[in-house]
Amino acid sequence: MNAPWHWFIAVIAVASIIGCLWLLFSNARGAPGESTTGHVWDDDLREYNNPLPRWWLNMFILTVVFGVGYLVYYPGLGAFTGKSGWTQEKQLAERMAVVKAKRQAVYATLGDRDVAALAKDPAALSLGREVFLNNCAGCHGADAHGARGFPNLADKDWLYGGTPEAIVASISNGRQGQMPFFNATLDPKVADDLIDTVKHWSDPKFSPERRENAMKTFAITCAACHGADGKGNPYIGAPNLTDNIWLHGGSREKIRETILFGRKSSMPAHKDILSADDIRVVSSYVYSLSQNP
Amino acid sequence: MSSPTTTSVVNYHDSVVRQFSIMTVVWGIVGMTVGVLLAAQLMWPALNFDTPWLTYSRLRPLHTNAVIFAFGGCALFATSYWVVQRTCRTGLFLPKLATFTFWGWQTVILAAAITLPLGITQGKEYAELEWPIDLLIAVVWVAYAVVFFGTIAKRTVSHIYVANWFYGSFIIAVAVLHIVNSAAIPISLTKSYSAYSGAVDAMVQWWYGHNAVGFFLTAGFLGMMYYFVPKQAGRPIYSYRLSIVHFWALISVYMWAGPHHLHYTALPDWVQSLGMVFSLILLAPSWGGMINGIMTLSGAWHKLRDDPILKFLIVSLSFYGMSTFEGPMMSIKTVNALSHYTDWTIGHVHSGALGWVAMISIGSIYMLIPRLFGKPKMYSVPAINLHFWLSTIGTVLYITAMWIAGVMQGLMWRAVSDDGTLTYSFVEALKATHPFYGLRLLGGLVFLSGMFVMAWNVWKTVQPEPGAQRAGNPSTGSLQEA
Ligand code: HEC
Ligand code: HEC
Ligand code: HEM
Ligand code: HEM
Repeated sequence: MNAPWHWFIAVIAVASIIGCLWLLFSNARGAPGESTTGHVWDDDLREYNNPLPRWWLNMFILTVVFGVGYLVYYPGLGAFTGKSGWTQEKQLAERMAVVKAKRQAVYATLGDRDVAALAKDPAALSLGREVFLNNCAGCHGADAHGARGFPNLADKDWLYGGTPEAIVASISNGRQGQMPFFNATLDPKVADDLIDTVKHWSDPKFSPERRENAMKTFAITCAACHGADGKGNPYIGAPNLTDNIWLHGGSREKIRETILFGRKSSMPAHKDILSADDIRVVSSYVYSLSQNP
Repeated sequence: MSSPTTTSVVNYHDSVVRQFSIMTVVWGIVGMTVGVLLAAQLMWPALNFDTPWLTYSRLRPLHTNAVIFAFGGCALFATSYWVVQRTCRTGLFLPKLATFTFWGWQTVILAAAITLPLGITQGKEYAELEWPIDLLIAVVWVAYAVVFFGTIAKRTVSHIYVANWFYGSFIIAVAVLHIVNSAAIPISLTKSYSAYSGAVDAMVQWWYGHNAVGFFLTAGFLGMMYYFVPKQAGRPIYSYRLSIVHFWALISVYMWAGPHHLHYTALPDWVQSLGMVFSLILLAPSWGGMINGIMTLSGAWHKLRDDPILKFLIVSLSFYGMSTFEGPMMSIKTVNALSHYTDWTIGHVHSGALGWVAMISIGSIYMLIPRLFGKPKMYSVPAINLHFWLSTIGTVLYITAMWIAGVMQGLMWRAVSDDGTLTYSFVEALKATHPFYGLRLLGGLVFLSGMFVMAWNVWKTVQPEPGAQRAGNPSTGSLQEA
């Protein structure tokens, strides 16, 4: 802040405070009484002129005194930083240091055990659960069962794989699943068959002609990603279409939407948000969910 | 000092007062119904029925605009036009312009009621309306100022009554606030971008936001208080001296207090400190108004027992005192670190909004309606009493629910376990809040039901008596209509 600004702010702040006091003291005296000011409005509106209540006057002065004290001690009067040297950044850093030290102390007890080993340690899992609830529950649900568009992490069905390494990779680097749209390229008749075939993939009663018709297209258009057998591909996160577990909904309408208009899902990368230890414990927590259901 | 003779007949222009008074009741019901719907949506989010214009995000600004500017605004227009004429002992300056302010203001409200659900917004709280509506507001407001100050200028009494100082400062301040904060660059009829950016934008927004509270929701209603309380109590104002001190202190200190809405943000530390200090200093000036109102009743306390209108007025002052004590406390950084972002703020808002703004407006309108429609009193006085209790209970339920919920949220969010992790997740705090949302909804419903009692009572009162001409104003002997 440059000097003119500093003075401008400091002077009007102090002047306003002094102004309040002047206003108070210049009106403080007066005698109580039944006499009014003598003015009358609207037939019967009059005013007494009682003195300012003492306790009120004192309260006013007290707040002013406190205010002045505060401005001496804390930053307020322009560039003057206050006697205490307090800043909100410092306060934040101090508080975070306390919390982080506590966290470090606890993480130190975990040693260098890996995710799979930690998944057997209740203390590590409870740490992992805290991290999960505060960072992941908003998308994946407090019970990790997910929601439409957000995968269930507590079952054995994985988009990108359920090994400890795959889970750590999902969390650290994030995942971007993209299903292209086909409304422009698919013949509507074929699309119909394809949608129903995908919906009834593992249903033996589904019409064989329609399935056969659809699978021709599937092999050309979809198999590259979802695999010829429809079991998916963990490298690009293409879901298994045969298991009746749906990320984007399993109704005919939802499957039609997915195939014709595509889907885009984004799991944010957490390596800059969480510490390596945080990721280790939350991974062990996620891993444990599908190990011992 | 000589007072004007009480027998002189003055031509008061009351049709515009009548229009604004009736619309106060109508918009009160509309705005609070939306409030109740919001409260229900927070409980059961499915109540948006997956319909874009019923979503919480669009209805919330509709609620705030409807209750503050439509309900509160109409009450302020109605009472200020009444009061300025009576206390200046002259009719309105340019009554046609006053009629324009009525239709202009209703147009603004209607435009808000259409554009906000459509999602057309500037995204600034309490200043959501897009630039074409902002322009209309500015025009109506200037017209309002011309009528009000013109009337003051042609007064036939020598002194300007204290109520008019407050109304006057409210009108001037709101004009300045509105014009500065709404400065924007339009890119189409329905979209504009703020002229400010970053921390400056935030500061302008809350300089506006807090002074909207200070001048719209406080100074204006204090003007109302200074007329209707002594009138209804039949007692002189307690202290002229006190009114001078607290008026000047209030209007000069309020201007500084905005930064308490932005504690612990990108706003520089020194701005936050100044905001906090001046918010604390604001306590006494605020209480000055409460003391002056409540002490006016000293010597006439018995009137409280059987005059429900007076009950409305006096209880509203108590809520005013409560929220202006709470506000300075919440401005202290340590307290704000707990209360900010929680429902405590919502509790504070409604202790001011329901307890103070709504109750003083309701009391004043009850006093005005019979006078405006030439009736000796409201159709049913017991119904006013019933309304009083519904309002009081509704307010108390609403604010206690939000206080408990707010403090609980604040404590849960900050709780840190021994291992340095947060003890509760956000979802757990939300779950714990759920029952209190139920209690708040109940409070809101109770308050709203009182508004329906009022609507019925007003409806019954304004019915012309069979075969009777509209009578003159019984309290002042005004016989003529503009
Ligand atoms: C903004 C929402 C969001 C947040 C926050 C989030 N996720 Fe995800 N996550 C997703 C989405 C969406 C996917 C699916 C990505 C895809 O389909 O490609 C996903 C995928 C995953 C996967 C891979 C699942 C599989 O089947 O292979 C794991 C593991 C995972 N998330 C764990 C976490 C953890 C642990 C956290 C917290 C540290 C977290 N996520 C936070 C949205 C989120
Ligand atoms: C470029 C690779 C790619 C191709 C080609 C592709 N998909 Fe996908 N598909 C994906 C990915 C990746 C996802 C997961 C999207 C996400 O993470 O949100 C997906 C998701 C789906 C889903 C949703 C599954 C669920 O659980 O909700 C269906 C259904 C689907 N694809 C069907 C098809 C069909 C049918 C075709 C051929 C017409 C096809 N896909 C072609 C990559 C592909
Ligand atoms: C001395 C008087 C007052 C002071 C110092 C004061 C102070 C405060 C503080 C500190 C907040 C919380 C800011 C935050 O943490 O976000 C707040 C919010 C609020 N107050 Fe007050 N208050 C006062 C009186 C009132 C009155 C009388 C009313 C209403 C009639 C009122 C209406 C509001 C509103 C609407 C908000 C919410 C703003 C928002 O976040 O949208 N206040 N006030
Ligand atoms: C029946 C009566 C009412 C009910 C049920 C009600 C309900 C609500 C609800 C549910 C919210 C949203 C709270 C949140 O976002 O968490 C809200 C916000 C708000 N209401 Fe009301 N309300 C009522 C009356 C009023 C009145 C009469 C006023 C003003 C005169 C008012 C002023 C406000 C303001 C200013 C906000 C925004 C607060 C903020 O942003 O901090 N309300 N109300």
